Amino acid sequence: MALIEARDLSRVYSLDAGRVVALDGVSLDIDQGDFVAVMGPSGSGKSTFMNLIGCLDRPTDGQYRLAGTAVESLDADGLARLRNREIGFVFQQFNLLPRVDALANVELPMIYAGFDRRTRREHALQALGRVGLAERAHHRPMQISGGQQQRVAIARALVNSPSLLLADEPTGALDSRTANEIMALFQELNREGVTIVLVTHDAEVGRHAQRLVRFRDGRVTEDRRQTPVDARDLASEAAE
Amino acid sequence: MRLIEAIRSALSAIMANALRSLLTMLGIVIGVAAVIAMVAIGSGARNLVDSQIRSLGANLAIVTPGNVTQGGARLGAGAASSLTDEDAQAIRREIDGVVAAAPFVQGGAQVVAGGSNWGTRIYGIDLDWFSAREWDVATGRTFDPEEVRRGDIVILLGQTVARNLFGEDDPIDQIVRVRNVPFRVIGVMASKGQSAFGQDQDDVVFVPLDAGRRRVIGRNYAKDRSVGSIFVKFANESDIEPGIESMTELLRQRHRIIGEQEDDFSIRNLTEIANTATASANTLSMLLAAVAAVSLLVGGIGIMNIMLVSVTERTREIGLRLAVGARPRDILRQFLIEATTLSTIGGALGIGLGMGVAYLVAQLAGWPSLVSTNAIFMAVGFSALVGIFFGFYPAQRAAKLDPIEALRRE
Repeated sequence: MALIEARDLSRVYSLDAGRVVALDGVSLDIDQGDFVAVMGPSGSGKSTFMNLIGCLDRPTDGQYRLAGTAVESLDADGLARLRNREIGFVFQQFNLLPRVDALANVELPMIYAGFDRRTRREHALQALGRVGLAERAHHRPMQISGGQQQRVAIARALVNSPSLLLADEPTGALDSRTANEIMALFQELNREGVTIVLVTHDAEVGRHAQRLVRFRDGRVTEDRRQTPVDARDLASEAAE
Repeated sequence: MRLIEAIRSALSAIMANALRSLLTMLGIVIGVAAVIAMVAIGSGARNLVDSQIRSLGANLAIVTPGNVTQGGARLGAGAASSLTDEDAQAIRREIDGVVAAAPFVQGGAQVVAGGSNWGTRIYGIDLDWFSAREWDVATGRTFDPEEVRRGDIVILLGQTVARNLFGEDDPIDQIVRVRNVPFRVIGVMASKGQSAFGQDQDDVVFVPLDAGRRRVIGRNYAKDRSVGSIFVKFANESDIEPGIESMTELLRQRHRIIGEQEDDFSIRNLTEIANTATASANTLSMLLAAVAAVSLLVGGIGIMNIMLVSVTERTREIGLRLAVGARPRDILRQFLIEATTLSTIGGALGIGLGMGVAYLVAQLAGWPSLVSTNAIFMAVGFSALVGIFFGFYPAQRAAKLDPIEALRRE
């Protein structure tokens, strides 16, 4: 059974200027352990697709099952619960809370999952260790570099052990060397079994994924397996 | 999210904008301080009024002569000289709950001692006076029963009179003359201070009833047993109303007033006067508190304003929280707790300030300051309510945000 089963997903926005069909009957399955890059120009529907599979939005039409749960039938609380347990988000702008340290940022999803303080601390430190930032646990976002901030954000996405890591232009705000490091981290996590869906318009970034899905005008125009470029090689090249 | 953590996170958000938070709190601080201070000052004033009125003596009624009609002209209350000390004895004997019935006559008199003299009020009293008015001597002694019975020419001085005639000297056993009658001073009364109406209650002298009636108060009484008025003291406040009814009955009988005929006396419940005065002081302090509550309201609006700003500023944070699994009600709660924390801290600071102000005013005005625990609880509760009430709208706005829109916002 696929982790993500999308059937004829449509999303139509009703604006003053009329109806805008952002997503037009997309069907897509993504298996557990896959690393998918979703690509396409802006307005192609890839962000809408990501919002839908991220349970931030509900389809106008069609069915979507995430880890066996029918999403379109859930209410706002049910969606929140699913986002909390099954999905880890990584954003282009990191979206860390500036007032608190890295550890507290990573703990955030666990707070809403209802874990006690000690468990949270433990898991958050583990997650930070996974992204190689255990020693930065008590630094605030302002005190660390952009790449490190994105690592903290990835740790936050991982902390509740979700079945899906959803990254929206995760390297868009980083220089190419740091971007390669982050991509290397994604590949490593994928090798460890984390399912990753990465939205990007950067072909260079898309090359690191195992599967490439291309969107245009709200439809899937291309869906193929590819040999991923190992970003760790790029990262070490860049370091030389 | 647990409550303590929610409060901790609210505190960190408040501290992140310390100056802004402080300025916002100021509205609540001032509001609560005003409520606390006004209530304290109000109840201080009420207690002052209360104690002045009660200094007359507790559970008192006064019987005064009624009016007389001469040739169609009604001469007004007190014109008749219908009361006698026998009436007083009858009241004492026959009315339930009566502790003392003190008949007295009064007049103005010039009191002369050696080279100095002093104009004052002179009262002819019997022994019941002291218990009725709850008033004793400070030095010397009161009248003995024989002195009262015989109408001896002995005198008790009020503090003011003693000071004006004798200064620092001991007046006991000195002779003072009133209307050329030489009275021997046997005691000086304890100080009673001001009455509720601003009179100096210590500017007074007392002589036995008969000495007063016969020798100094030049009123032409129709009967030589007549007295000016009678203070009646009851054991309990609840005895007063039924007591007044049966006294009216008794006095009508004794004065042979029948049927439709008008009473030749009137009886007033002095406790009622005290209660009225207390009630008006209460109204005053309620009014003060209401005015203060308005400023609390203004403080609440300030909180709403700043919470709206805060929600707008932290739209992305809200979006992120929603994305990582916060339910709308978690967001609602977070902002509600933040507003409530803000207003409650303001309330706590306000209590401190209010108590300070109340203390200062009490010191300056010489009033007893009364910061009641009730007022404190009310102020804290009210400021928390203000936080919840005025925090609700901004919090709801935050909770209704669409996570996608919120995350996209710059």
